[in-house]
Amino acid sequence: MSGAPMINPFSLFFASIITSNILLANFLGMCSFISISKDMKSSSGLGLAVTVVLTVTTAINWLLLNHVLIPLNLVYLRFIVFIIAIAAVVQMLEMIIDRVSQALYLNLGIFLPLITVNCAILGVSLFMEIREYTFFQSLVYGLGSGLGWWLAIMLLSAIRQKTEKSKVSAGLQGPGLTMITIGFMAMAFIGFSGMLAVQ
Amino acid sequence: MSNTGAILKDNLWTSNPIFMQILGICSALAVTNLLVNTMIMTLGVVFVTAMSSFTVSLIKQLIPRKVRMIVQTLIIAFYVIIVDVLLRAYLPDISRALGPYVGLIITNCIIMGRAEAFAQSNPPLASAWDGATSGFGYMAVLLTIAFVRELFGFGTLFGYQVLPDAFEPWIIMVTPPSAFFLLGIIIWIGKTIMNREGAPA
Repeated sequence: MSGAPMINPFSLFFASIITSNILLANFLGMCSFISISKDMKSSSGLGLAVTVVLTVTTAINWLLLNHVLIPLNLVYLRFIVFIIAIAAVVQMLEMIIDRVSQALYLNLGIFLPLITVNCAILGVSLFMEIREYTFFQSLVYGLGSGLGWWLAIMLLSAIRQKTEKSKVSAGLQGPGLTMITIGFMAMAFIGFSGMLAVQ
Repeated sequence: MSNTGAILKDNLWTSNPIFMQILGICSALAVTNLLVNTMIMTLGVVFVTAMSSFTVSLIKQLIPRKVRMIVQTLIIAFYVIIVDVLLRAYLPDISRALGPYVGLIITNCIIMGRAEAFAQSNPPLASAWDGATSGFGYMAVLLTIAFVRELFGFGTLFGYQVLPDAFEPWIIMVTPPSAFFLLGIIIWIGKTIMNREGAPA
């Protein structure tokens, strides 16, 4: 955990998409990742929803942390505060999208409840706290992590469409093969970490 | 309780949260590079799962159905905070190594899953037992992964060197992809044995 203020937002953005991909390097957001990635269309819907929610919640949680919890010396309550903030944001987004566009609601709305319990959302907020990012860095980090997650789930669902049809040993079918595929993807993504890394 | 044994077998093997249900792996893989970290982390999960199942079962009549998810989340968060504060006080090094993953126990699907699937319709003590055994199932898989990763990645077990100096550590075991590979292989072995037994997969 090096001094965060030194990282410039531009490299932070790309690092969080690729070399420090929230899913492949930090293992966050796996639960919905495995179950949804069977289907390309749902994957892209969920990816978009995660990106939006991540960006918004990271910003809100930064404000809550630095302007409410730290001044009041209540940092140990952060888990509860973060999770409530996330649930509230998700609920609000659901209502807003429902009002604004029916089409978008049908594509995105069904994924929103899944997101409250997506570990990636809470994880990014907690990393933001531990690495002591500034507000702008948090925003960039949230957006980048969301895009990285989206990229990873799209790639995996594309690969899974091919592997569905291939013949593998019965025990390996489904989750087993998916895990090994993710392993190879992680190797490819992390392979670039010599160029750019955020720890 | 006559079915304690059945619950134990079910949660440790036939419906092991990790390799049968693929739940809770979010926080699972990141901590498996060292056995000590894994041990502490999974003990935390066992504690939180057992206690939150117990509490949810105890007050299930009082919670209106509509808000039960958020109430469950808050109960879980409450126990996670206890774990976090204890770790910070007594094991600060491990707390730092685990970083955000202690907090992420909250979003571990296993805990919510047990609260929802078992504790809602069972008495408190049975629920606590069910939660604890689910936690043990999780622990068993994670310790296996951590054992392999630490042995080949560092040549040590629980921090003690077991392999000779001539052994060249496998860098891959320290990096994230190895956790995915190992979990994939464990799922593969588990499912193959289960298919052979003829149990419904």
